[in-house]
Amino acid sequence: MSQADANPFEPKLTPGRARMIPWLTVVGGSACTTLPLIATVPILPPLGLVMLLAWRLLARFALRPWAAAPLGLFDDLVSGQPLGSAVLIWSAIFLAIDLIESRLVFRDFWQDWLIAGGAILFALAIGRVLALPIGAQVDGAMMAQAAATMLLFPIATRLVAWIDRKRGMV
Amino acid sequence: MVAPVRDRRAGFSRRRQYGQFLGYVLAVAGLVVGAVLLVASQFAPPLFAGLRMGVATVTVPASSAMMSIREAVAIVPDAINGWVFAHAENERMKAELAVARPLLMRARTIAYDNRRLRRLLELRDRDEQVVTAARLVSSSASSGRRFALLDAGRLSGVRPGMPVRAPDGLVGRVVETGPNAARVLLLADAASIVPVRRTRDGLPALAVGRGDGALDIRSVNATNVRFHAGDLFVTSGTGGLYVPGIPVARVARAGMDTVLAQPFAQPDRLDFAIVSRVFLPLPPAPPAQAALPQP
Repeated sequence: MSQADANPFEPKLTPGRARMIPWLTVVGGSACTTLPLIATVPILPPLGLVMLLAWRLLARFALRPWAAAPLGLFDDLVSGQPLGSAVLIWSAIFLAIDLIESRLVFRDFWQDWLIAGGAILFALAIGRVLALPIGAQVDGAMMAQAAATMLLFPIATRLVAWIDRKRGMV
Repeated sequence: MVAPVRDRRAGFSRRRQYGQFLGYVLAVAGLVVGAVLLVASQFAPPLFAGLRMGVATVTVPASSAMMSIREAVAIVPDAINGWVFAHAENERMKAELAVARPLLMRARTIAYDNRRLRRLLELRDRDEQVVTAARLVSSSASSGRRFALLDAGRLSGVRPGMPVRAPDGLVGRVVETGPNAARVLLLADAASIVPVRRTRDGLPALAVGRGDGALDIRSVNATNVRFHAGDLFVTSGTGGLYVPGIPVARVARAGMDTVLAQPFAQPDRLDFAIVSRVFLPLPPAPPAQAALPQP
């Protein structure tokens, strides 16, 4: 990059490792399905999605706008959902958050939580419709899963804020 | 309240503006690719088995190691419980044994009669051929589907379609295999259907997964079928996948035509899962020339 391109208000360009960290935390969240746990109902919150939302809402430039699709692909490979569902849903959530951000003037954590809650409900509902026949008796368990996931969002935000401070991008 | 960070590029750099534009083009492309992948995986589910099992090849050894640690830790409370409740358990088992002994004698007589009569009829029975014993090490715990990963794969002879059972009942069947891992569709999955029969009178039925850990027992060829609580169902062997006689489920509540049942095998409390051969494999397809009419 030449000197003329430099924008003094731009966040500093970071070394590759600092760039990798958000990706790695989302992949790590998705990979929690490898825990030795044989569930009979959907009991584990979609941790990859929670980490993705926390990064997107807290540190907007940590992930590129297109990062949702490859991260969703990995999530599909380990989650047991039909391949392509998280690619579609996570990309849609990213674009929707962009639209919301261009309209909101001032933001607070409560709004972030609300946006994340809507995104989690959307992702679980669409994921259920895509993966399961309508007659499957999983709705009660999935409501509990959605509630647990929403309650996890502030904790994920804390974690992401801590990682973001440590990696020295702010 | 803070004003959001806006991604406004006020500079004159064309490269930067194009880069940002390209980012959004790629984001929308991700949406489209997701939709295409989804349609492809709905119409041809085994299409991406290689990719999935490639990832599983890496994750299964890790899950397997974590499972070993979990089991080592779980021994401690088990051992304490064993000491505390030993006396009560002993009493209970003595009472059970007193009830079971006459039943065992009757069962032995019946088994002998059965063998003799079968020999008279010259029935050819195929028995179950065990391929391997392995452990279920992880599952699709965040999804509504009920898959589990087995820590044995093609190298141990596991192939798609093979039934998986535990000592106390049927667990599911293998759907995808990798070199050291296999994906098992559990009985409780909403896409799992197993042909079963009632042990009492041989009434045929289907055990369909509900997605919440329980099964629906549906009668197949008769209407107005009454199921009683406690009715036992075993595999019937119809369809040629499962060996007849593997315990599947016990009816939980009495009802007509479709009732709730609890499976015998609890995948979360399983020491080992036994993979066995497909009971009656499909005959090989006849050569194409033979089908043509001869002039």
